[in-house]
Amino acid sequence: MAEVSLVSVSKAFGSDVALSDVSLTVPDGAFVVLLGPTGAGKTTTLRLISGLERPDSGDITIDGRPVIDETPAERNVAMVFQQYSLYPHMTVRENLAFPLRSPILRTPEDEIARKVAEVAEVLRIAQKLDNRATALSGGEMQRVSIGRALVRNPSIYLMDEPLSSLDAKLRAELRVELKRIQANLGATLLYVTHDQIEAMTMATHVGVLDRGRLVQFGTPREIYENPVSLYVAGRLGLPRINTLPAGLFAGAPSSAATIGLRPEHIVQGGGKSATVVRLEHLGDQTRLHLRFQDHDIVTLTDVHSTLEPGETVAIEPKNPLYFDADGNRIPGGNGP
Amino acid sequence: MAEIVVRNLRKEFGDFTAVQSSSFRIEDGEFFMLLGPSGCGKTTTLRMIAGLELPTSGEITIDGEDVSRKPASERDIAFVFQMFALYPHMNVRQNISYPLISQGMKRPQVREKVAEVAGILGITDLLERPVGGLSGGDRQRVALGRAIVRNPKAFMMDEPLGALDAEFREHMAEELRALHDRMGATTVYVTHDQLEAMQMGDKIVVMNHGVIEQFGAPQDIYDKPATRFVADFIGSPSMNFLRLHSRLDTGADSVQLDHQEVGIPVMREPFDGDVVFGVRPEHVRLSDISGYRAEIRATEYLGTTQIVTLATANGELKARIPSDQVVRAGETVGLSFDARTITLFDNQTGRALRSELNEGVLAHG
Repeated sequence: MAEVSLVSVSKAFGSDVALSDVSLTVPDGAFVVLLGPTGAGKTTTLRLISGLERPDSGDITIDGRPVIDETPAERNVAMVFQQYSLYPHMTVRENLAFPLRSPILRTPEDEIARKVAEVAEVLRIAQKLDNRATALSGGEMQRVSIGRALVRNPSIYLMDEPLSSLDAKLRAELRVELKRIQANLGATLLYVTHDQIEAMTMATHVGVLDRGRLVQFGTPREIYENPVSLYVAGRLGLPRINTLPAGLFAGAPSSAATIGLRPEHIVQGGGKSATVVRLEHLGDQTRLHLRFQDHDIVTLTDVHSTLEPGETVAIEPKNPLYFDADGNRIPGGNGP
Repeated sequence: MAEIVVRNLRKEFGDFTAVQSSSFRIEDGEFFMLLGPSGCGKTTTLRMIAGLELPTSGEITIDGEDVSRKPASERDIAFVFQMFALYPHMNVRQNISYPLISQGMKRPQVREKVAEVAGILGITDLLERPVGGLSGGDRQRVALGRAIVRNPKAFMMDEPLGALDAEFREHMAEELRALHDRMGATTVYVTHDQLEAMQMGDKIVVMNHGVIEQFGAPQDIYDKPATRFVADFIGSPSMNFLRLHSRLDTGADSVQLDHQEVGIPVMREPFDGDVVFGVRPEHVRLSDISGYRAEIRATEYLGTTQIVTLATANGELKARIPSDQVVRAGETVGLSFDARTITLFDNQTGRALRSELNEGVLAHG
């Protein structure tokens, strides 16, 4: 495995700027997740590293070696796409072995057999090795396509929303699985998603992209607790952070335009009154929808709360986040 | 608007029984969810209520009238599919007007109805636009508009948000629920997404292999699952299941877990054999004083909370605890459980044993 760096990389497609002056280091053995909405530049970043695209300016290094002039094969990266593309006429075993049979690698057959068996075990598809690829469920097919990346020993694994086409239950299982595999193999992984749960639970580092710019890079906890901007604060957290005019509550710094309140920043039982709009029972949590001086607030409350719509609840902020008129975080003693 | 009652509904396709014998009641104005994994019979049930399939046996009544043998066109129901089918050569107004015009409604009245519906859905500005250039969400709104405009007795929705991405799905789910609250129309909604069901539903039917596993209010189903399948299917991460052998008398209020006494809700029936001890992740606490020990395997940070994976003598277990509590992989900790929330299941049948916690729900479930 290897460290991968982007230095001041920019890429435009015609007049559309996909990436603008992005510098980013994926440390050896790290699980880096790039988070952002559609069009933020996530997939372009992966394609630049893999060599499917060439940057307009800037440098890309793998293990300290500049790779811009190398072909995708020379870079030795493994890519997993959102849509699993398996060879339908081959069995699972043949699909998994295929990358190892590449003429460049010239892997001995016993080594191939050992690798395939090992990966099949890790991904829990060992009993399906002799099935046709087309005779698998969606989740199994995606595991095989991940397996096809794992059998190799690349510098880095690049994954583009590999779980997004799976149903919720399976996605949750594979999240834990992927994290475990990465930790066990000590693999370096760059993973693209717009699913914040995937980002928070799997990543050692999260990079947040906003229209082609890398706006923050840090551990999931840093990004969640110490966002640099309103934009970043809105990327993580369910229910989403509530944003209100800063003047609604006392104690805001003078330069603050917006106060950001996550559920844990709202104390119930004291302060100003808000009206209950409705309760949303999600089982493990109950979301409380409030109307507060012409603004909507969503927070959490006791799972078995007996509040009824129309009742009032007093709320006050505790260690909230403040942002200026441009949406930048105002640093100060209010952070966690 | 309508009350829908389903009695002993059964559907066979050749040798395959899609729905075994379903009975439930949908109250007037309810947002009613049919939930289960693919192939459980939920869509077949919905299609029978709508009249798109005829039942093999059983009865469906809408407002007291038996409609089991009536064609869809005589049931006054609107259907919204996962893939919103719009007429591509018509603009938004024409698409929404179509059901009214084909019923023979007068033009001025049609204009009035369409304006009202467009207002409810917030698409007044889009009325003259061709449907081709609309975003996914707006197309979905137009499809809903076409269903709403007829003022049907009830709406049937088959995974209408299934094709949308996660962020947008969340938004549309809120919008749909708010729309329902404004209109108060009876809605039957099929989904495999347990969170969607919890979030939007007044009542949930959980199905598995053509059989209704449980029927009730979302929080009741979550807190008091009638079967192990339901406990596992609803909630993320799922309920933890620890296996043990136990002999319990009526009135028992504890079990032995790895030689430690652990409290449970007072039992209302005796049981002797293999039981499964079910505890939700948020009801597990890390406690130094507890003698029931576990090793921390991993933690998953989720912002407000974190999920801790633990290895116990009875198997793996997940706990949801506040994220400001410091835990490290490799450490050994004590665990305590919120005794009032525990459900025991018969390991063989998966049925929940009756206790103080769930007797009210199981009695009419």
